[in-house]
Amino acid sequence: MNLTINGTPHTFEAAADMPLLWVLRDILDIKGPKFGCGVAACGACTVLINGEPVRSCTYRVGDVEGEITTVEGLSEGNNLHAVQKAWLAHQVPQCGYCQSGQIMAAVALLNTTPNPSDADIDDAMTNLCRCGTYPKIKAAIKDAATALEANK
Amino acid sequence: MSRLGTITRRSFMGLGAATTGGLAVGYYFYTKPFPNPLATMAAEGDAVFNPYVKIAPDNTITIITPRAEMGQGVHTTLAALAAEELDVSLDQINVEHGLPGKAYYNEAMIVDGGPFPFFDEGFIAKNARGSMKVVSRFLALQMTGGSSATIDAFVKMREAGCAARLVLLEAAAYHWAVDAKTLQTAGGIITNPANGATMTYGTIATAAAYLKPPSDLPLRPSSEWKILGKSQPRIEGLEKVTGGRIFGIDVQLPDMLYGTVKISPRFGVGAVSVNKTSALQVDGVLDVIEIETTTGSGFGIIAENTWAAFQGAEALEVEWATPDYPADTGGMKSTLDTAMATKADFTLGKAGNVEKEFGKTASDNFFEAIYDVPYLAHTTMEPMNATAHFQDGKLQMWIGSQAPGLAQSTCASLLDIDPSDVTVNTMRMGGGFGRRAEVDVALYAAAMAAKTDGRPIKVTWSREEDTRHDTYRPMAKGRFRASLTDDGAITGLDVGIASPSILTSVLGRTFPSLPVGGPEKIMLEGAFDQPLTIPNRRYNAHIADLPIPVGFWRSVGNSFNGFFQESFIDEVAHNSGKDPLEFRLSMMNEDEHFPAREALKKVAEMANWGSALPAGKGQGIAHTLSFGTWVAQVVQVDVTDGTVKIEKVWCVADLGLVLDPANVKAQMMSGIVYGLSQALGQEITFSNHEVEQSNFHDYDAMRMHQCPEIIVELLENSHRMGGAGEPGTPPSTPALANAIFAASGKRIRNMPLSHAIDFT
Repeated sequence: MNLTINGTPHTFEAAADMPLLWVLRDILDIKGPKFGCGVAACGACTVLINGEPVRSCTYRVGDVEGEITTVEGLSEGNNLHAVQKAWLAHQVPQCGYCQSGQIMAAVALLNTTPNPSDADIDDAMTNLCRCGTYPKIKAAIKDAATALEANK
Repeated sequence: MSRLGTITRRSFMGLGAATTGGLAVGYYFYTKPFPNPLATMAAEGDAVFNPYVKIAPDNTITIITPRAEMGQGVHTTLAALAAEELDVSLDQINVEHGLPGKAYYNEAMIVDGGPFPFFDEGFIAKNARGSMKVVSRFLALQMTGGSSATIDAFVKMREAGCAARLVLLEAAAYHWAVDAKTLQTAGGIITNPANGATMTYGTIATAAAYLKPPSDLPLRPSSEWKILGKSQPRIEGLEKVTGGRIFGIDVQLPDMLYGTVKISPRFGVGAVSVNKTSALQVDGVLDVIEIETTTGSGFGIIAENTWAAFQGAEALEVEWATPDYPADTGGMKSTLDTAMATKADFTLGKAGNVEKEFGKTASDNFFEAIYDVPYLAHTTMEPMNATAHFQDGKLQMWIGSQAPGLAQSTCASLLDIDPSDVTVNTMRMGGGFGRRAEVDVALYAAAMAAKTDGRPIKVTWSREEDTRHDTYRPMAKGRFRASLTDDGAITGLDVGIASPSILTSVLGRTFPSLPVGGPEKIMLEGAFDQPLTIPNRRYNAHIADLPIPVGFWRSVGNSFNGFFQESFIDEVAHNSGKDPLEFRLSMMNEDEHFPAREALKKVAEMANWGSALPAGKGQGIAHTLSFGTWVAQVVQVDVTDGTVKIEKVWCVADLGLVLDPANVKAQMMSGIVYGLSQALGQEITFSNHEVEQSNFHDYDAMRMHQCPEIIVELLENSHRMGGAGEPGTPPSTPALANAIFAASGKRIRNMPLSHAIDFT
């Protein structure tokens, strides 16, 4: 099988019905996407396929068409993505385990909705966080939106 | 277990027994220093100063922060303690958890384990704390729990930094032939202001490490702090926004196998029969092995990848034995009722004479209410996992553990090897909340590693396995009865709490050879130890005999007793026609209650308590003192068309001393969301002897759209330092229930509140 992940082509062997998450983590050693539930209920495994957020724990690798972006592919060299910068500025992560997925969901939201309202954020950010970082996530998304707008 | 262990065990539970002979036997052990774990792990050339500080010749400065980083920011704050005295900045040091060692035992976690309120500074309470210090030294548990890490480290890690700095100065002074007092330090560099000469710590570290620091270490007063008392960015922040490979589940080793477990869903029993055929037919499954440990029995599935292991576990056909505990939640509730109807196992918080007071109170002047809460799972975001490599009689482990020393000793017992042949690498944790103090996950991985012909194996539990094999927050029931004056003041309070014993459960699976005895204060904490002046009162504990594994869940007993008691006080206030804030304040009369009064007044001011709210909105207030921290909260809800929207939470926490304000506020926010999550629908129930819930679709937690705005302020009135990780949780649920009552007139006494009312 062939997949382009974070701009790099990968060739590997896997059953078509293997979830993308386990291909990434166990076969390709890309550890940013996390395993949380296995049933698309928590979002820790969120990656982008052609910019669209998907929950890779239930996404069959055989169904992937397009380029995959994981949290590892967001920054350009040492230059973090605006969402990552905002996450640091607001000191969002506590345990940090869900944050790869939260960040990918936020990037996808801002791609389609550059200036999201609270309601937009509530609708799009359905990922689970057990540390209760939601208020900081919300604030960081708004800051990232402002930064992205300013850089246009 | 040795005689020493037995003695300390008894005194751990019963207090005071340590003075009956244990001390005489153990004095030598008490005074003998523990070995420095860095002595074996330091690289060649590293200068080791003490168990917390090592410096390499290239001036790489490493601080050991031997507590579990599970989201509470402890690595940053502990590193700051040492860095402050070492005169280095947080961005120039390495921070490592380090290997397990008795030198890293947690004294603070044990010291306040006696049955005394935090504010009790009387002779007996103080004496007991002194005895518990001795006990903690004997137990030598390296454990992260009880919101104690920062309190425990506050002196020792500053002293570690100070001691290292002083010998570095002395070595530099010798080298330059000047008086050490004339030299200055900053940023890991020593300067001689007389001639401008400089040298790095690394240059002189090897020589300095031979010098003995003075026994009296001059720690800096808080007025001179540069790092402490100020908000710091987390040292691992960058890794956590870039997908850093820092968690146990991210471990990758050459030639590594993958696995999962299928442990009996019926506690305390194992398989009657098993058919491995279908499991072994799953593509990628290599083997299915039996697992038999003190924490559970079942099977381990060894595979080429985690996905194959999960499928193998699903395909494995097992018939499990039938345990003798009640088959369903209804039967378990009956066990609690039976316990409640039986004579109390022990009583704490006694004052006056409740029976006499009740006897002379008119029958109209009583108020009674009964509350209950279910079993709860921890559901850390990172499911349980551990990686183990067993080769040539030595075991190496990578695990997110709140008790790495226990993982080491129990895995050594399981494989019948010496603990010194077990190396535990403690990883960062995707949540802990008490769950990662358990040794089950380590034991299963060790058992599987013994069957892989020397190949390492990463064992990951499915979310279903994680949810169904937790060490649950126990179910509990609280019966509160108060006698009142004609004016509605409480003259007597009789409390009964029925619940299974957490310590019996924990010790049974972790130290099976140790007996349990003495009052288990955690059954009554959050109720008997609160700043409330009630002239006649007693708190009775009724231990329910249920063998479901229970354990430490963020704030432990405070999580249910806080809900019970602060709901009850609110009910009495309304029943007496009094304002719930004023009613509480009227019972906080003692000098030592001062922090509680201030916290309540401050939070009321922030929430504009007492002001008129639009129809459908209401505010509820609560205060709980737990883990040495006084926390008052006001929750505001909107109840429209019978649906609750939690709009805002105001929180005031008094820890006595705040080392990192932003982090403490984040911990309060976290504790509040963790607490409120219960109300929205969390419960672990049983049928057919098995847990019914399995994943986030039927055991969820608060989501973004349900999360209120949360405003936190900190005070420093308390006389001693308190913890941060847990105290935000207990008052959140009663404040919510009280707010729902204020908004809708509906009093809900059972968790989850969602059984009685809908939430957004």
